[in-house]
Amino acid sequence: MSAIKGLTVPLYRLAHSRTGDKGNRSNISVIAWSSALWEVLVEQVTAQAVARQFTPRRPRAVTRYLLPHLHAMNFVIDDVLDGGVNDSLNLDSHGKALSFLLLDMPVEVPASLQGHFAGPP
Amino acid sequence: MATKLPNLLIGCAAGFSGDRTDAALPVVRELIRRGQPSVLMFETLAERTLALAQLARRNQPEAGYEPLLDDLLRPVLGLCMEHGIRIVSNFGAANPLGAARRIRALAKELGVRPPRVAVVHGDDVSGVHHRALLEQALGAAMPSEPIVSANAYIGAEPIADALRAGADIVVCGRVADPSLALGPALAHFGWRLDDWDRLARATMAGHLLECGSQVSGGYFADPGYKDVPGLATLGYPIAEIEDSGDCTITKPAGTGGRIDERTVKEQLLYELHDPASYLTPDVVADISAARVRQVGPDRVRLEGVRGHPRPASLKVNACFEAGWFAEGEISYAGPRAEARARLAAQVLRERLADTAPLRVDLIGVTSVLGDDASHWLDGQTPGESRDVRLRVAMQHRERSQAERLVREVTALYCCGPAGGGGVRAGVRPRLGMVSCLVPREAMSVGYAMVEEPALEVAE
Repeated sequence: MSAIKGLTVPLYRLAHSRTGDKGNRSNISVIAWSSALWEVLVEQVTAQAVARQFTPRRPRAVTRYLLPHLHAMNFVIDDVLDGGVNDSLNLDSHGKALSFLLLDMPVEVPASLQGHFAGPP
Repeated sequence: MATKLPNLLIGCAAGFSGDRTDAALPVVRELIRRGQPSVLMFETLAERTLALAQLARRNQPEAGYEPLLDDLLRPVLGLCMEHGIRIVSNFGAANPLGAARRIRALAKELGVRPPRVAVVHGDDVSGVHHRALLEQALGAAMPSEPIVSANAYIGAEPIADALRAGADIVVCGRVADPSLALGPALAHFGWRLDDWDRLARATMAGHLLECGSQVSGGYFADPGYKDVPGLATLGYPIAEIEDSGDCTITKPAGTGGRIDERTVKEQLLYELHDPASYLTPDVVADISAARVRQVGPDRVRLEGVRGHPRPASLKVNACFEAGWFAEGEISYAGPRAEARARLAAQVLRERLADTAPLRVDLIGVTSVLGDDASHWLDGQTPGESRDVRLRVAMQHRERSQAERLVREVTALYCCGPAGGGGVRAGVRPRLGMVSCLVPREAMSVGYAMVEEPALEVAE
């Protein structure tokens, strides 16, 4: 698939997302805007790619769970919240904004899928 | 053969302590309009809320329950009593008995018939007689600092028992959030406690409800991508639970917000880790084969949830006094604002070098995506932002050391770069939290009906 002429777009054109937190662990959902985009998400938005996107937050581990019936995936990111809501000095001690750090990640997509992208560029 | 039981409606009118207090009335009106067996749920306890409630109780022994209890209940208490809508909530926080007494007094003030109020107990393990249990469960993680709160996430059973015994209102402290919905479902349908699939389905219905409007268009809007009508008048969710445990999520007619497959999927995965193993005190829920389906306008059905036997232990969160949190801010605007804010940050780092690690943010440049060590900010090439608010934060065991941050930020008025204004700075007590698992058998969980004038708590 990646051999086909592709476009590089931010993940938010392909998926929407919400962050939750428990202690020092964040979970971030990535939900395809359309079933047509599911395969390319599975291929591109890997645990390694997400770990790379989160380098500035230096997580200990990133785990990806797939929910193909929902065209959704769930990322569990360990030790990414500077101790979590009780310990962090961050204004956003829950890490609520982290879904938008993930949605900013560049993804390479076949041009043929362009019709399924969401929103304005 | 038993006749088929009618569906149970559960409306949720609060998703956290601090949620909108005018959400319940449209939900209650919708429940009355539908004329089916109905429950109203309020979820008001986040991870930290209980510790804050314990601190409130120290200063005022009758406090310690949800501070907005009156505001939440006043608009709907009379209607609920009149129409047989039962109320289930964790708004008892650190003082469920106090909340129950306040509800009885409120009913009297409003001229409503005295509700039968049940209080669920057994979650609080902060007392001295539980200290050995905590020490054993926490091991080396046991804090040396004073414990403020320690509560187990208990399950739906005592809620179901209280409802079966005729309670109009069930007041809990820490129970697992989805248990607030499972309890009424257990009481209504009479499911066996090891009917894992049904328990898991109603648990996930509770999970969809537990954050209130987060499933009905709240916390979802992203203009141009995810538009939500009527965010200022969001309708809170109602789950219609069937005897199979499957549910359909709806909201009151004529309210703002939206319920579609997207809002439901976001909430379904919210605060979940392994989707095949969502641990609750009642059941291990498995959504790996679950599906969501739009079945009408603002109506989404959740199906395919499976259940596995409940865990042998219960999760306990313990909060302890962890010193002091200090925070200060100052604004810079106009030409070279960012350079002046960065210089002010450098001054504070130098002045506070011997206290504790200092977090630095430039609000308007970067303030939340970086880590506490400020690597992100320091790694950026200084820009030309013309409206920047410098924010610094640190924590320290000693209050006097934390207060040095407040004084140093304030001193920037005269000693800092040019044109700084709008200082806000302060310290507050810091709560630390540790978690552990305790054996279910070690806990003594139950409920008691509150009778006038006083009551005896029975197992």
